[in-house]
Amino acid sequence: MTDFKIHQRDGEGVSVIELKGYLDAHTAPDLETAFQKLLTEKKYNIVVNCRDLSYISSAGLGVFMAYVEDIRKNKGDIKLTNMTPKVYNVFDLLGFPILYEIYKDEKEAIVRFNVLK
Amino acid sequence: MISRRNLIIKRIPSRTENLLEVREFVGTAARSFGFSEEDIANIVLAVDEACTNIIKHAYQYANDREIEVTILPSQQSFEIRIFDNGKAFDPEALRPPNLKEHIGHHRRGGLGVYLMKRLMDKVEYSFNPGKKNEVRLIKYRSTSSVVSGR
Repeated sequence: MTDFKIHQRDGEGVSVIELKGYLDAHTAPDLETAFQKLLTEKKYNIVVNCRDLSYISSAGLGVFMAYVEDIRKNKGDIKLTNMTPKVYNVFDLLGFPILYEIYKDEKEAIVRFNVLK
Repeated sequence: MISRRNLIIKRIPSRTENLLEVREFVGTAARSFGFSEEDIANIVLAVDEACTNIIKHAYQYANDREIEVTILPSQQSFEIRIFDNGKAFDPEALRPPNLKEHIGHHRRGGLGVYLMKRLMDKVEYSFNPGKKNEVRLIKYRSTSSVVSGR
């Protein structure tokens, strides 16, 4: 049973990954695989659209933490967008807004990447 | 005093694929207790974190062990007791997470214990390694958090 889906869209210089469903200790390895693939493909400008993400536990947040350093070393970033209040609350409790850019809308995050080019 | 007939018990094998089932079980019980959606989400996440810790640390991903989740609703509080018979770990030994440090060292663990504390009113542990370890998560009923009074 899969309760979590990842869809990747590659635009001009920015890759968007859409998360859908439940991101927990069971499904976090799928997200890890997606980040590994992005690194292998040297795609370092990443927007994570959380619009359809229903749930996240610390196992899911841990994946963002594990990869962001490598991505930033390559002059890229992980920018998070479109979170529901419930999902944002978990990121907020762990202090993510201080270290990650979180936007209401995917377009804003893509613009930020393009401004920094 | 907790009445035995109020106990709700669920036992699951120690596999991450069962986390969804535990979340649904606890969510349903918390909803019928009358908590707000925000409180329900917090309780469900705290239980998920506790069970994940057991699978990872107490059982070290052995997938044939048992986790028992017992819910004890009372007049004033909603208590979840989670039992395992794996290795003990000292949650007090874990420092509050420093996100910058975590990122710098590619660390991804240690957040669950902190989250549980933030999400619940009380978190208690007792350990008897290999026999019975217990995590108790307690949320009090408060007028602000209760949607429908009972």
